[in-house]
Amino acid sequence: MTREGSPNRQPLTGKYWLAYTGRVAADVYKALADATRRAILDELQDRDGQSLFELCTRLTMRHGLGSTRQAVSQHLEVLEEAGLVTVRREGRYKFHHLDTGPLRQIATRWPVPDEGESP
Amino acid sequence: MIRITVTSVFVDDQSAALDFYTRLLGFEVKNDIPLGGDDRWLTVVSPAAPDGVELLLEPSGHPAVGPYKAALVEDGIPAASFGVDDLQAEFDRLTAAGVRFVQPPTDMGPVVVATLDDTCGNLIQLAQTTSA
Repeated sequence: MTREGSPNRQPLTGKYWLAYTGRVAADVYKALADATRRAILDELQDRDGQSLFELCTRLTMRHGLGSTRQAVSQHLEVLEEAGLVTVRREGRYKFHHLDTGPLRQIATRWPVPDEGESP
Repeated sequence: MIRITVTSVFVDDQSAALDFYTRLLGFEVKNDIPLGGDDRWLTVVSPAAPDGVELLLEPSGHPAVGPYKAALVEDGIPAASFGVDDLQAEFDRLTAAGVRFVQPPTDMGPVVVATLDDTCGNLIQLAQTTSA
C-alpha cells in the first residue's frame, strides 16, 4: 500500500499515523473518490454513531443507492483504512463514527485562501 | 387465502419479555400456554387489533438462536417492525421509561423510524408512515 511521504521509521499503526500526523495518505483520496463513500460520510455527518443497518437504510431511502449490505460494509472498511470512519463497539452494538481529522491534511497541503483573497 | 396470524421474535427470557412487551410496549397477552419444561406458547397482540396478528415471544433455547440474534444486533438489524401513529411521542414516552434507543426518530422519506432494544436480545423498529 503506497502512502505519500510515508515515514518508515515510525513504528505506528496506519490508523494512528493517519489520524495524528500532518501528512496526507493516498488512502484518503482513494476513500473520497467514490460517491457512495461520500454519501456515507454525509450521513454520518447528519448523525454520528450509526449501525450498519441504519447506514444502509439511509443510503437507500435518501440517496437512492441500492448497495448491498456487503458492499456498504466494504466501503466502510475503506473509510476506516483512511481514518475517516472509526468503529466503536458498545456491548453487543457496533457503531460507526465520522472522523474528519485526516481531511485537515488536505487543507494544510493546499491552503484555502480566505474569501476575497482569491486572485 | 392464507393469512398471517402469528409471527415471532426469539426472546432470551419469556417472563422478562412479557413484562417489556406488555408494560412498556403496551401489548396484551393473547395466549399463554405451558409447553415442555419452562417454555410457554406466549403471544401478545396490540390493543388496537385484539384479533389481529399475534406476536409469539418465542424461547431462544435452540443453539442457533444466540449467534443469529447477536449477528443481527451487531449490525443494527431489527428483529421486527411495529407501526405507531406518533413516533416522537412513543420515543419520548419510552425513553422516559428507561428504554434504550440505538436510533432516534429518523426521517426516511415515506416513513419515520426509530430502533429500540427490547432487553431480550433484539432490536425492534418503530415506524410511522408519513402522509405523502
